Amino acid sequence: MNQRNPTISKGIDWSLVWIYLLLVAIGIMAVFGATYKEGDAIVQSFISFKTDYSKQLYFFVAALVLGLFILLTDSKFFSATANIWYATGLVMLLLVFPLHSNVKGTESIIRLGGFNFQPAEFCKICVALALAKYLSRPETDFSKTRSQLIAASIVLVPAMLTILQSETGLALVFFAFFLVMYREGLPSGVLVIGFATAALVVATLLLEKNTLAMILTGLALLVVLIMRRQLKRDKSILFKIVLLWVICVGIQRFGVPFFFKNVLAKHQVERIYSTIGKDVPEEYLKGAIPTQTPSGKQTNTADYNVKQSKIAIGSGGLFGKGLLKGTQTRYGFVPEQRTDFIFDTIGEGFGFVGSFALLAIYLLLLFRIITVAERQRSVFSRCYAYGVAAVFFFHIGINIAMTVGLAPVIGITLPLVSYGGTSLITFTILLFILIRLDADRQMVLR
Amino acid sequence: MPVFNQSRSRIIRLIFLVSFVIIVAQLFKLQIISGEYSKLAMNNAVFPKIVYPERGIIYDRKGKAILNNSIMFDLMVTPAEVKNFDTTSFCRLMEIDTAEFKKRIRDAAFKNTSVRPSVFESLLTPQMQARFEENGWRFPGFALVERPVRVYPFNAAAHILGYIGEVDPKDIERSNGFYRMGDYTGKSGLENTYEKVLMGQRGVQHIIKDNHNRLVGSYENGMFDTAAIAGRGVRTYLDVELQQLAEKLLTGKIGSIVALEPKTGGILAMASGPGFNPNELTGSDKQKNYARLVLDVSKPLFNRAIKGQYPAGSTYKPIGALIGLDEGVITPQSGIACTGAYYYCGRRYGCTEHWAGHANNLRLAIAWSCNSFFYNTFRLTVDNPAYKDPRKGLTAWKNYMSAFGYGHRLGVDIPSEDGGNIPDTTQYDKEYRGSWNSCTMVTIGIGQDKMLATPLQIANGISIVANKGYYYVPHFVKTIDDESPADTALLNKYRVKHEVLTHIPDSSYETVISGMQDVTIAGTAARIPKIPGVNVCAKTGTAENYGIIKGKRTQLKDHSLFVCFAPREDPKIAVAVIIENGGFGATWAGPIAYLMMEKYLKDTLRVDRLKEVDRIAAANLMPPFLKDLQRKEDSIRAFKRFEMWKDSAYIRKYITMEKPKQPSPSPKNKQSKDKTPALLAAILPGEKRSTTTRPNTTAL
Repeated sequence: MNQRNPTISKGIDWSLVWIYLLLVAIGIMAVFGATYKEGDAIVQSFISFKTDYSKQLYFFVAALVLGLFILLTDSKFFSATANIWYATGLVMLLLVFPLHSNVKGTESIIRLGGFNFQPAEFCKICVALALAKYLSRPETDFSKTRSQLIAASIVLVPAMLTILQSETGLALVFFAFFLVMYREGLPSGVLVIGFATAALVVATLLLEKNTLAMILTGLALLVVLIMRRQLKRDKSILFKIVLLWVICVGIQRFGVPFFFKNVLAKHQVERIYSTIGKDVPEEYLKGAIPTQTPSGKQTNTADYNVKQSKIAIGSGGLFGKGLLKGTQTRYGFVPEQRTDFIFDTIGEGFGFVGSFALLAIYLLLLFRIITVAERQRSVFSRCYAYGVAAVFFFHIGINIAMTVGLAPVIGITLPLVSYGGTSLITFTILLFILIRLDADRQMVLR
Repeated sequence: MPVFNQSRSRIIRLIFLVSFVIIVAQLFKLQIISGEYSKLAMNNAVFPKIVYPERGIIYDRKGKAILNNSIMFDLMVTPAEVKNFDTTSFCRLMEIDTAEFKKRIRDAAFKNTSVRPSVFESLLTPQMQARFEENGWRFPGFALVERPVRVYPFNAAAHILGYIGEVDPKDIERSNGFYRMGDYTGKSGLENTYEKVLMGQRGVQHIIKDNHNRLVGSYENGMFDTAAIAGRGVRTYLDVELQQLAEKLLTGKIGSIVALEPKTGGILAMASGPGFNPNELTGSDKQKNYARLVLDVSKPLFNRAIKGQYPAGSTYKPIGALIGLDEGVITPQSGIACTGAYYYCGRRYGCTEHWAGHANNLRLAIAWSCNSFFYNTFRLTVDNPAYKDPRKGLTAWKNYMSAFGYGHRLGVDIPSEDGGNIPDTTQYDKEYRGSWNSCTMVTIGIGQDKMLATPLQIANGISIVANKGYYYVPHFVKTIDDESPADTALLNKYRVKHEVLTHIPDSSYETVISGMQDVTIAGTAARIPKIPGVNVCAKTGTAENYGIIKGKRTQLKDHSLFVCFAPREDPKIAVAVIIENGGFGATWAGPIAYLMMEKYLKDTLRVDRLKEVDRIAAANLMPPFLKDLQRKEDSIRAFKRFEMWKDSAYIRKYITMEKPKQPSPSPKNKQSKDKTPALLAAILPGEKRSTTTRPNTTAL
């Protein structure tokens, strides 16, 4: 309202900013811990831009500048240009196909000058904005199936494009936006069905085929038994139960094997099985498509990574070995330890206490974002805030879960902590747009 | 827009919270509950390098090191770390094939689990070591480990020192896991008996390694490292030059020399012939040499000094005389009218001396080694009227013999000593169904019959005579450096004076000793050149013996025996020499014993004595039947190998020996030429003979 007030600090949620700074600081320290070489002059190498921790420091400076720009921008700018950003994001995703550089076997990166640019990362912001924009339109009635389908396609189109770039991990992030839709009225059933399907798939992997089929049949019979009174009144319930049973058994018998044989790549199958702690069954081994990156004959790479990661975290104990003292992270046993497995440095160096503290900070961040979301008057801001929360949650949850062996290894980063310019800047932008929108929550009524 | 879905924000928070709680629970499990991960991380990153201590040195009585340490390298493998491995180039480097490689890895993993290092190839040749040092980084899981190896500067005392070898699973089990695969331990000899002293204490050095198995540096600045403690030195009574002389004198002979210091029981020299150079059983050729020694029918690895069982022969006579004197059945004045034989047992038992009066008293009987006198003495001992029963008499005699150290292991400080045999009543009861008398075993009186003794026992027996009744258990080790209570306990056994026969009056000893001195002055050994200024007391021995040749019990040439001590007044050395099939005691064994005494007492040998050494060393007294035996054994082994591998190359040597060396084209030879292929055909029915054409055979 007060247009004449020149200070940009007004209305800014400082707690979010402090948490942000704290996490980035932890991140730089962790990258330092993971990559510092014995004997380097610390201050010099921090300035030199040659070491990873120094680079991370400069990325942070760049991110801060960008964040400042965002804070200086008019909050209406984001809702106004949301669709343009989305279109830009999609175009860039498409441009990847002809222009991608072959870095580390991924097909999702464009090289711009000396920098690697990954449109799929950037697209998270676009989708968050576009989804918020669509849901906040006055004419959108989200209780209608049509609107729900449109919202879903806003999310799923970039996800599909990302999968085509063989970045399944990044693609899965987009599914986090269903949390936003849930908040905006997507029927609970969708979420329930989602979880139920996931449970069925996991059960399929864990249990023997026929055993699971028998359990499913038993469950169906149990339901029939319980609902026998209603059944007398309404015969169609029986039909629904049978249909559900057929679908379940179908997924278990044919759906999952088909998916594993024809859709997933070899390394993905391996990672999934390594997470549940079983050997890859022979039928999937034969049918699996060879990986694009023939990384040697070792069939247990996935297993090795998770094992070393668990060893690193487990050996941290209660208080950890101290920064730069972790043998697992210092001597290269943990793979990708500055990016995807950065949590190992915390776990090994600072133990359970340190890990718990980091998780607590993250939970604080997520809860704060939700609190901020709920106090928005504008639907756009609220939807966007939930989008931010969902993306952060998915990244944090899956990343840490995979380092402790609870989730398959899909290469996604730990927000604000993992090494990497794209990741740090993406999350900074996501967060600072939210802070900007929140700062103007009193002003924007619509 | 109404916030009608606000309740769902709580559900979303709940989802967040539950997810985080699950992660924290897993963290709790990994970091707090299960303790194995820190161990795994240690295994990953810290390589506990075992530092082997320098093994203790064994010194002779003058402080010379009989053996020393040198360094060679073992190639160790940790099978679990052999990943991403270029087997082909590794095999080319090591000059083995892939099948052998796989077999060795499998064996290592089987014997010692796949996570602990085992020996892949021990004691690399210097070339191999250099090659591996250059290329080793390419082969994860392999490492060179320093091995102290023994070297023997004097090329002597192989049987005494023993050898060290890699521990086998049984050793590990016996040691309750103290030893690990790849450790070296004393396998025989002093190395084995004094293993605990010599081995020292292993040290551990913790070294950080990275994920490529490269050693990065010391872990925690060596806070957890333990230094290796070198093995302690062992000082022996051995005189290494005397030992060398003994071994030299035994070249080309089967037999044994034992030299003792009577006053302490210390062993000055102990040799067994044929022997071998201890340096043959160290280093990279040891397998080959060991195989050769093991297959030799003259048994060079067999320590005859403590395991050889010989009839004592006439060397027993001084002891027999002492027993007779102490039992009161003879006196120094006792004599016998011997004219070259003893007839009182129903048949003729011969004596080498014929002239009258050579057995007129005990001194003379010893000096001239009168058989008749000692047959009689033995019979008097068994038929001692004090016992009224030859059983009791024989038992009393056996007790004396036990006291003299015969018939049981003495307990020398090297392993696998044998006890010899002194017969008792049960042996004769069994053989003669209880009906026997002193005539049955009358030849015991001259150290034959069932009496068997080791050279060490014979030497010890004569030491007791020299000491006039006491002895110390013969042993090698005098002191251990920095002796600990445990070492003292080990050595105490050898520091106890056994006054077993001091009850025999000195006058009896003096009589016998005088007789023994007479041996060297006028008696059987008078021809052997004297050592100036030294009164030697000795006894010759010529022992009948039998061997089984081609399945028949055959009398072989007599063993030549000699026992002596000197100087008479203050015995400093006692020697027992046995030369198998050497004839009279004074022919070979006597001169050898004299050289030993002179060397020890005078420190150097006179020039003419050195010539004598060369003469004796050059004499080949190996029994001729050994050659045939060797050939027989070799051909049997070759045939077994041929049966296993179906390769006639193994046996051709033994088949073609049959045919004449230079086949001439004359028709006379045709038949013999025909014979060989027919023989071959009979032995090798299934084999193609086209590949086995011999150069000497022309087409038929």
